[in-house]
Amino acid sequence: MTDPETLVLRVSQLAKSFVLHNQGGVILPVFRDLDLDVAAGECVVLDGASGVGKSTLLRAIHGNYKTAAGQILLRHRGSMVDVAAAEPRRILELRRWTLGYVSQFLRVIPRIAAIDIVAEPMQLRGLDAATSLRRAADLLARLNLPERLWRLPPATFSGGEQQRINLARGFAVEYPMMLLDEPTAALDGANRAAVVDLIEETRARGAAILGIFHDRETREKVATRLFTMEGRLAA
Amino acid sequence: MSTAQQAGVTGYNFAYLDEQTKRMIRRSILKAVAIPGYQVPFGSREMPLPYGWGTGGIQVTASVIGHDDVLKVIDQGADDTTNAVSIRRFFARTAGVATTERTVDATLIQTRHRIPETPLTAGQIIVYQVPIPEPLRWLEPRETETRIMHALKEYGSMHVRFYEDIAHHGRIVTTYDYPVLVNDRYLMRPSPIPKFDNPKMHMNPALQLFGAGREKRIYAVPPFTKVKSLDFEDHPFAIESWDQGCALCGSHDSYLDEVITDDQGTRMFVCSDTDYCHDRLAETQA
Amino acid sequence: MSALSATPIDDLPVLSVRGLTKLYGTRVGCRDVDIELWPGEVLGVVGESGSGKTTLLDCLSARLTPSAGTIHYQRRDGRVVELFELSEPARRTLLRTEWGVVRQNPRDGLRLDVSAGANVGERLMAIGARHYGDIRREAVSWLGKVEIDGDRVDDRPTAFSGGMQQRLQIARNLVTNPRLVFMDEPTGGLDVSVQARLLDLIRGLVANLGLSAIIVTHDLAVARLLAHRLMVMRGGVVVETGLTDQVLDDPQHAYTQLLVSSILQV
Repeated sequence: MTDPETLVLRVSQLAKSFVLHNQGGVILPVFRDLDLDVAAGECVVLDGASGVGKSTLLRAIHGNYKTAAGQILLRHRGSMVDVAAAEPRRILELRRWTLGYVSQFLRVIPRIAAIDIVAEPMQLRGLDAATSLRRAADLLARLNLPERLWRLPPATFSGGEQQRINLARGFAVEYPMMLLDEPTAALDGANRAAVVDLIEETRARGAAILGIFHDRETREKVATRLFTMEGRLAA
Repeated sequence: MSTAQQAGVTGYNFAYLDEQTKRMIRRSILKAVAIPGYQVPFGSREMPLPYGWGTGGIQVTASVIGHDDVLKVIDQGADDTTNAVSIRRFFARTAGVATTERTVDATLIQTRHRIPETPLTAGQIIVYQVPIPEPLRWLEPRETETRIMHALKEYGSMHVRFYEDIAHHGRIVTTYDYPVLVNDRYLMRPSPIPKFDNPKMHMNPALQLFGAGREKRIYAVPPFTKVKSLDFEDHPFAIESWDQGCALCGSHDSYLDEVITDDQGTRMFVCSDTDYCHDRLAETQA
Repeated sequence: MSALSATPIDDLPVLSVRGLTKLYGTRVGCRDVDIELWPGEVLGVVGESGSGKTTLLDCLSARLTPSAGTIHYQRRDGRVVELFELSEPARRTLLRTEWGVVRQNPRDGLRLDVSAGANVGERLMAIGARHYGDIRREAVSWLGKVEIDGDRVDDRPTAFSGGMQQRLQIARNLVTNPRLVFMDEPTGGLDVSVQARLLDLIRGLVANLGLSAIIVTHDLAVARLLAHRLMVMRGGVVVETGLTDQVLDDPQHAYTQLLVSSILQV
């Protein structure tokens, strides 16, 4: 078993299914009896065919999806908090201080510039505007987003450009636990390499990472362990 | 109980009103005196003159006047205008009281739209004729709401009007019927006296009574009560002033009326308070 | 993506509502509504017409008297009061100083016959401000915060566009630095680009001023943008409540699922 000293995330007997009330109450099971530990310094990659529930698991850990049974214990300020049972306020607190999440898609807000989107999580933690904007600029530069785009709202940007803003925002804060959902899906080779570097640095500073990588090459570079999700569907 | 027969006019009670009505009005007056600036509703009677001609003031005067009173009646400061003459004669005939044009000799003064220049003394009563008693009416047409505002002392919006004045005209442009705060509690309309007269209401030794006949309200400022005109710290209340003095008596301290003297538009400024002007003339000629 | 001021999780709630019910005879306006709202938090109340969300807002903002239930509010000084146990003067004072109510139609929340500056300054004058220059300066400052040009301080609201009127209404409410703001369909009836600007403004103000807010809307996109938590209402009752992104991405109740699946994608 994972050393409790370094344990950051413990998923225990987790079950998730969807009930579609407006389609005759049809139940779509996703997974059950799921156990998974992630320790500091690990980058665990979820492996499995499309539709097996990898994204669903990440979203459940993030508090975005509700679960039917089990626990999601996350180390937060020294104690283990169960995300599955946590109140909304607590989940927001976890997301601000402990749990980072890079989703597949950037949620765009009208009128907010790319650099401000990246700076926001830092400012929420109390960092002053100047420093947060500077760090945001560093990240965007690292991800090769042209500077002329920084001050523009990203609604009209390409998928790859939006994804890089999403990544910069996700890595702007040093979260103890990071969830990455297909972070390199829309990127070319050079940018994928930049993401790999970011992930390595994150791991090196002692964070725990749980991710989904479709791209085999990236996965092999960053994964310290694979977690296969085949065959966990309800019978 | 005396009747008007003693006064020489038959068929009328002393001072015209029946005793029950006077009693009712006196009760309202007592309540008004007990709550300075608060508008007390009363059962205003139909008087032998239309609304808008001083029915409220007349009812208050009729309720407080006694045999030994000496009555003065002024209209815009003058004793000799039609209305002042009519009202004075009304009380002379129905109450048989002595009348005067001299402020210093009067015990009871009924006034429309001015306070005499000669300072009043303890024991005198001044009765004001009031058209619209409610200071918040411009802001809030509902009586139910203005009563709540008075009850809760919600007067901030009165300053909104003055703010607007200053924003659009650079100064507060209200020059008569200028709202005041009485005894640090009730917001009051002093009746359409010029703002020049507002300071006279403050700590006045006389009893000040206000009657609105059409609106059926009585209010009062007891002797030696604090009366403060509303203003802003950086736009303090200020009274009117003129470049010249009265053309007749030379006074620089009284409220002056502008009088057109011929068809060419020649004008002169004279004291609005005729009694005051006569006194000063008499002094300078003596 | 959410905005919260940095408050510790164990603070007392700003607003604590239990069993709030408003009946019109046998007709249910709202029934058995429970709410907890913390400092700096925005609660979205969503539902379609007839859901009871406006009735709820009117009860919470003391515009209507509830038939049953309690509303406890923690004042700026720390004391907790029950809204309808307060005397009317105390309640009215609360509404003027610590609360704000932004109505759907700005004309219901503004004085149309006085200038923008007077509209913003009125609350200050109501709590005793007596320096014209200071009041005007404060008004101009607030107009700036809601992106209305200071030149328009002496203009009447009738000369403003709908979006400007709404922003003026917001300024009028925020001038006394309230702790709690109620908004009823704040972007209702506005053009899309105007909506975007207003939402951005509200988002910024809530974050920067650490306001708590309850926002009633039928527009789920507005709710997702502004609210930390959502309450879904139907037929006068709350059918689902939770984190905004969770309610919208993984709705549990049949009605919520219906609502979410009904949104047209651009």
